[in-house]
Amino acid sequence: MAISFVVNGEARSVDADADTPLLWVLRENLGLTGTKFGCGISACGACTVHVNGAPVRACVVPIATLQGASITTIEGLAPQDAPHPVQIAWIAQQVPQCGYCQSGMIMAVSALLAHNPNPSDEEIAAQITNLCRCGTYERVRRAIRSLAPGAGGSHG
Amino acid sequence: MGKWTRRALLSVGGVVGGGLVLGISEIAFAPNRLGILPPPSGDGAMLTVWLRITPEDAVTVLVPHCEMGQGVHTALAMMAAEELDAEWSQVHVQEAPAEPAFANAHVLRAFLPLEIPPLLGRGFDYATFKVAQWVGLQVTGGSSSVRGTGHHGMQVAGAAARAMLIQAAAVRWQVPAEQCIARRSRVLHEPSGHAASFGELADEASRLAPPVHPAFKSPSQYRIRGTSVQRVDIPAKVNGTARYGLDVVLPGMLYATVRAAPVFGGKLAAVETAAVEAMPGVKSVVKLEEAVAVVADGYWRALKASRALQPQFTDGGHGEVDSAAIFAAQAEALSGQSFGKAGKEGAGAASLEHAARQVEAEYRVPYLAHATMEPMNATAHIVDGRCEVWAGTQDPLSARKVAAKAAGIAPDKVTFHNQPLGGGFGRRLPGTFDYIEQAVKIAKAIAPTPVKLIWSREEDLQHDYYRAAFVARFQAGLDAEGRPQTWVSHFNGASEALAARPPYQFKDLELRTTDVHAHVREGSWRSVAFSQQGFFIESFMDELAHAAQQDPVGYRLAALGHAPRHRAVLEKAAQLAGWGTPLPAGQGRGVALVEAFGTIVAEVARVEITADRQIKVHQVTAVVDSGEVVNPDTAAAQIEGGIVFGLTAALYGQITIDKGRVQQSNFHDYPLLKLADSPRVTVEFIRSGAPLGGMGEPGVPPIAPAVANAIFAVTGRRLRELPLQANLLSGKS
Ligand code: FES
Ligand code: FES
Repeated sequence: MAISFVVNGEARSVDADADTPLLWVLRENLGLTGTKFGCGISACGACTVHVNGAPVRACVVPIATLQGASITTIEGLAPQDAPHPVQIAWIAQQVPQCGYCQSGMIMAVSALLAHNPNPSDEEIAAQITNLCRCGTYERVRRAIRSLAPGAGGSHG
Repeated sequence: MGKWTRRALLSVGGVVGGGLVLGISEIAFAPNRLGILPPPSGDGAMLTVWLRITPEDAVTVLVPHCEMGQGVHTALAMMAAEELDAEWSQVHVQEAPAEPAFANAHVLRAFLPLEIPPLLGRGFDYATFKVAQWVGLQVTGGSSSVRGTGHHGMQVAGAAARAMLIQAAAVRWQVPAEQCIARRSRVLHEPSGHAASFGELADEASRLAPPVHPAFKSPSQYRIRGTSVQRVDIPAKVNGTARYGLDVVLPGMLYATVRAAPVFGGKLAAVETAAVEAMPGVKSVVKLEEAVAVVADGYWRALKASRALQPQFTDGGHGEVDSAAIFAAQAEALSGQSFGKAGKEGAGAASLEHAARQVEAEYRVPYLAHATMEPMNATAHIVDGRCEVWAGTQDPLSARKVAAKAAGIAPDKVTFHNQPLGGGFGRRLPGTFDYIEQAVKIAKAIAPTPVKLIWSREEDLQHDYYRAAFVARFQAGLDAEGRPQTWVSHFNGASEALAARPPYQFKDLELRTTDVHAHVREGSWRSVAFSQQGFFIESFMDELAHAAQQDPVGYRLAALGHAPRHRAVLEKAAQLAGWGTPLPAGQGRGVALVEAFGTIVAEVARVEITADRQIKVHQVTAVVDSGEVVNPDTAAAQIEGGIVFGLTAALYGQITIDKGRVQQSNFHDYPLLKLADSPRVTVEFIRSGAPLGGMGEPGVPPIAPAVANAIFAVTGRRLRELPLQANLLSGKS
């Protein structure tokens, strides 16, 4: 079926089976390979993107449900020469190891902070459920805290 | 690239763009350095390191190791740049292509001497080289990159290039070379005020003979090493531009996925393909020996079609095996009278009967999957008798050989493009390249169309090369004061001896091995045998301390004897963790000390057992002595990551076998630690100046015993089997 939606601010149309998960449309039809595949069952978060501003796991969202939606991927989070504060914090805290989970991690964190700029430790733990096999969690927490209002920016 | 010579270092002039290009030949370098080896014969020498300085002042270091998040590209470049005295912002890193010229025999040098007596060590270089040449190693594993390639290759290349640049400047200015110094990519002659950049001198330097014994800086002169420079690979990993194997795109490429025989050793017997071949987008169903692949115009269509197949597989006679039978077979072997000996000191096990007190225990650990976040995948293209492959591996050279064999062509007809790895942990080491073999065979079947093979997570978890399930028995003899005198262990897996020797002193010791393996595929898993033996040894040592009614830290310190590095690490960890200070009800501390890959790590875990018997690890304090720390922040990240990796295994990790096949299939039944369960981690380094140890793996082994020991401190229950959470709830011990 043909679907029209907005991806990273651009109107796009794709033709794909109605049940094709958004993840594969992004990666294969639109060439946006920054969004990763980890499990295919909504269990790891590697495929996290924003749909209408909310974090979703693209591996389980059928493309048929997205007519007219607005989607943001890691490639569209910020211009490359003006990174998003979360990306800046991620570099400052040297968060990524292999980096494979980090597109999803950054999309999940940026969605959380957009609604709750100063989350408590409990809120972070409850909201950021992405898996990272390299074990970067301590730095993810540190980077999120460095972004809290009054924390002195991302240089901590 | 110039003619090979038998020199240790090669300077290659006349390259496109000019400048200085310097290479180090391992075979020639080793004899010059050690002065004992015969010169190499023929043109087969291997270069491990290339360094290039362009007229524009750019310094490029070619690194023969893959980047899997351990920061190795950065650390190795730091070692070269330090000796070169380069301006760090002008240093670039590139991964060496998968060609034999880049094989890294230094890895073996760093890894193997651990196992050989020092006297043999000198003669060992040559054997090491032979082995490496023969295997064609370009491997990243064993925490060896910085220790091997860095120490023997990068450092020498940097120092030699600096000497040549200084010499070139001295000739140009007609001044003595000893009066010239290199600083931040410039050579200066302070008495005359002359100065020139490396780039300005590079062409002249390239015409000089490289020094065979370049002088190294003393550590007190280090300006780059020992600082936390930012990793060069990180920016691309925060904006989606890093290209992993999964992200490779070729024009006209198709997508494939496989279903392999669920029972290891099984073969494809029959599969009806007509209905699936008629599904939308499906291009082909390819029958392989052990699997069936579906090729389609997209992964989703390939996956749906592969699920619609009803392939029949044989089971190789293993269709009734389960985990209980596998453990039982090992336990039975341990009870038998025939075993190998991996080590004996003093009177060995015979002295047990004289002990004032004996302690015995049996431990076991299950199979574990690597579960790299990036599932196995490879892209292959066969056309005109040549094959190109794109995949992330820890050893592109041997992956290239696998691809050549699968394609039925010579290795030099294969170009292997190694990609950044979405996790390695041992899953992408030699001997485990089934996904590459499959991709090439599929590409051959549909040639000349390129194909990307992607395994589903289910396929990935059920066709791993697993960390071995393992039963071990321990006996100790204590004297009247409770001091350990005799240590006897009997474990499965003959190659595990190195990890089985505790760091403590015993009058008598015996290590016994049996070698019983099921049909389940086994492989290296981050920290290899140290992950199992670390848990066993440090848990049993805790048992001995409690049997002697002594404090676990004090007991270990007393048993260490003269081992100043180990003592310092343990004492510091205890002190930083507040060992012995009061804790809230329901909480306890556990400690463990393991040396692996030349690095000594002590970890103290503070653990709570909640009212519903959930294990909550609040804090881990790690103290690490790796001799030197090349990049403290990256090193700390490796220890932090190792603790999380080890904690997943300690708390939840288990692959179980039923009807010959793996029961777990995805992260719902093979859970990984999440941020919510991830402890606060403090990492502290001791810079003892000992030879540089590894960093990628040594953080893993101590965490399971530290947590198990803490659980004992809280509950009085000794958990002798992993994973701890399930065993705590089941009441087994
Ligand atoms: S790939 Fe979507 S949650 Fe794992
Ligand atoms: S950085 Fe490797 S999985 Fe998260």
